[in-house]
Amino acid sequence: MTAATYPPAGDGASASAEVHAETRIVIANQWQLIWWKFRKHRLAMLAGLVTILLYVVALFAELFAPYSAGTYSAQHTFLPPQSINFLQWTDAGWRFYPHVYGHKVQVDPESFKRTYIVDETVILPIGLFVRGEEYKLWGLFTLDVHLIGAAQFGDPVHLIGTDRLGRDVLSRTIYGTRVSMSVGLVGVGLSLLLGVILGGISGYYGGLIDNLIQRAIEILRSLPTIPLWMGLSAAIPLTWPPVRVYFAITVLLSLIGWTTLAREVRGRFLSLKTEDFVIAARLDGVREMEIILRHMVPSMTSHIIASVTLAIPGMILAETALSFLGIGLRPPVVSWGVLLQEAQNVRSIATAPWLLFPGLAVVVAVLAMNFLGDGLRDAADPYQA
Amino acid sequence: MLWYIARRIIYLIPTLLIVSIIAFVVIQLPPGDFLASLISKAEETVDQAQVDALRERYGLDEPIYVQYWKWISGIITKGDFGRSFEWNKDVSDLIWERLGLTVVISLLTLAFIWIVAIPIGIYSAVKKYTIGDYVVTVIGFIGLAIPNFLLALVLMYIAFRYFGQSVGGLFSPEYIVAEWSLDRVLDLLSHLWLPVIILGTAGTAALIRVMRANLLDELSKLYVDAARARGLSELKLLFKYPVRVALNPLVSAVAWVFPALVSGSAITSIVLNLQTTGPLLYRSLQAQDMYLAGSLILLVSVLTIIGTLVSDILLAWIDPRIQLQ
Repeated sequence: MTAATYPPAGDGASASAEVHAETRIVIANQWQLIWWKFRKHRLAMLAGLVTILLYVVALFAELFAPYSAGTYSAQHTFLPPQSINFLQWTDAGWRFYPHVYGHKVQVDPESFKRTYIVDETVILPIGLFVRGEEYKLWGLFTLDVHLIGAAQFGDPVHLIGTDRLGRDVLSRTIYGTRVSMSVGLVGVGLSLLLGVILGGISGYYGGLIDNLIQRAIEILRSLPTIPLWMGLSAAIPLTWPPVRVYFAITVLLSLIGWTTLAREVRGRFLSLKTEDFVIAARLDGVREMEIILRHMVPSMTSHIIASVTLAIPGMILAETALSFLGIGLRPPVVSWGVLLQEAQNVRSIATAPWLLFPGLAVVVAVLAMNFLGDGLRDAADPYQA
Repeated sequence: MLWYIARRIIYLIPTLLIVSIIAFVVIQLPPGDFLASLISKAEETVDQAQVDALRERYGLDEPIYVQYWKWISGIITKGDFGRSFEWNKDVSDLIWERLGLTVVISLLTLAFIWIVAIPIGIYSAVKKYTIGDYVVTVIGFIGLAIPNFLLALVLMYIAFRYFGQSVGGLFSPEYIVAEWSLDRVLDLLSHLWLPVIILGTAGTAALIRVMRANLLDELSKLYVDAARARGLSELKLLFKYPVRVALNPLVSAVAWVFPALVSGSAITSIVLNLQTTGPLLYRSLQAQDMYLAGSLILLVSVLTIIGTLVSDILLAWIDPRIQLQ
């Protein structure tokens, strides 16, 4: 082990500090070492923060969203995004007054096409922690505070614009975070369960069982996932309630997702089986179950966490793709894929390019989870140089 | 080598059998059948006797294993994939051209990925931790994170907005139903670049990373230092051994890139309205056109399995150590 690489924030000027740092490394446990190594990976740290932020948004979607997911307004369909102005000119000079401009509707006399023109005489003040629609946070607390929105309740403030029913795109994207981000988590949870059990059995016992499970994984992996998912999700009855469809979709996603995790677990088991400490435990007469749970599982947890993080983006992308095609989650459920369905053809994107905004959310989420998983994978084995 | 190939082909048989069963079970899962959904959609009432006659003709009342046996034995002995209810045509009349186009697009995309990813991967590894490397890495990650269909939508929008043309489809309108001719092939090629780029981004991004990591592993080995100490020029040193060794895992990567391509092209094709298997499968699933849907899932699976097999054999040929394992 190279000592100098691990002590965090040490300039190494004085000898005593170096000795101190070295003692810290020697007595630090595995998780501390992982944390120190992970912390050096700037991009992964940033990605970790973004990921946490996304889950916080998902958790408090009602608070973050200016409107509820279903609020619509027939007078404001396909309203373009409004840009925020922070300063306002008054007689006394510039003052800090965040606001957006209102819109005037112009109807083309020939085609009856409605277009919006920015009306700079109408000033709609916006603010943080404003009072707006009432909602029930987690179905428990009745609140009316929104993180951002129109300072005066009822003003048509839509920062990212509205869709064909006049629903706020920003609010719906925020609500979509909840479903899209959790589909990944639940799906990976199920995959992990299958992957750890089957991969563990495969790696620990070996022989015929291992061979069978490996062949099954090979067959599953050689199947083209999306056509298969299309077939399976087409089988979900239209009459099912949204919650059941949601779980059916996550089960479908994890049906193929577990294979990657099972391979990872199997590989770990195979390499750990011959480690000295496992053999020592066995010679000491420790029971099989205890060897697995007390000695082997802890030394591969960090690797499993890393692979799980890397598996989530794939799930999010798959859910988005299926819902986009209309065979995954369906309205009234709000997920990023369901929202992107509104932008399914060139015509609707040409009229309202801001409908692609949920796509940006997908890209950010997937990028963040990929960087985070990469950093975790690098840090997962702190004992290796 | 021959023995290795033979063994792989023997392994293929149970795999194909299981895949065909999965394909058949998948299309049987939706409640009801094509006739039931036809009746529910029809405006006027349908004569029950007529329905029964149709049901009898297609064998829809027989147990599932009998239906499966009829279907699979028809495919193996006569190349008969059953009949499409919706199109009222034999399935085999509908699928071959589309399957061919799927293969063409997938192979072209694979070539595109290799041509783009290998040089960039080499550059990125040799110039490790330079601005160029970071730029490539970030672009690569973004390429991985953008769903294909989203990229397709954005590019279509850009083409529509700034170049005033719609870029969907694989053929110009006059060639869609035309017979194959040189003009039609040229027309196809002029439309292919967009789907190839869209489908290729994710794979390119992934392969750049694989190539970079492999080459970095090789470059840190002692034989590289030894060759350098003997005065070999940097370029010759790079291409003589490390690049060649680093390419090996790239060949095996084809085994997972190819299925991902075939599968990813399903959604992109729907968005771009390409005449490949994806949109046909999508429609047939919605209409519960079971023989068409099942045959498509089966054939696309067979395609990916063959792709995997070819890449494995290729790898064994390049790297003889594989055969011993």
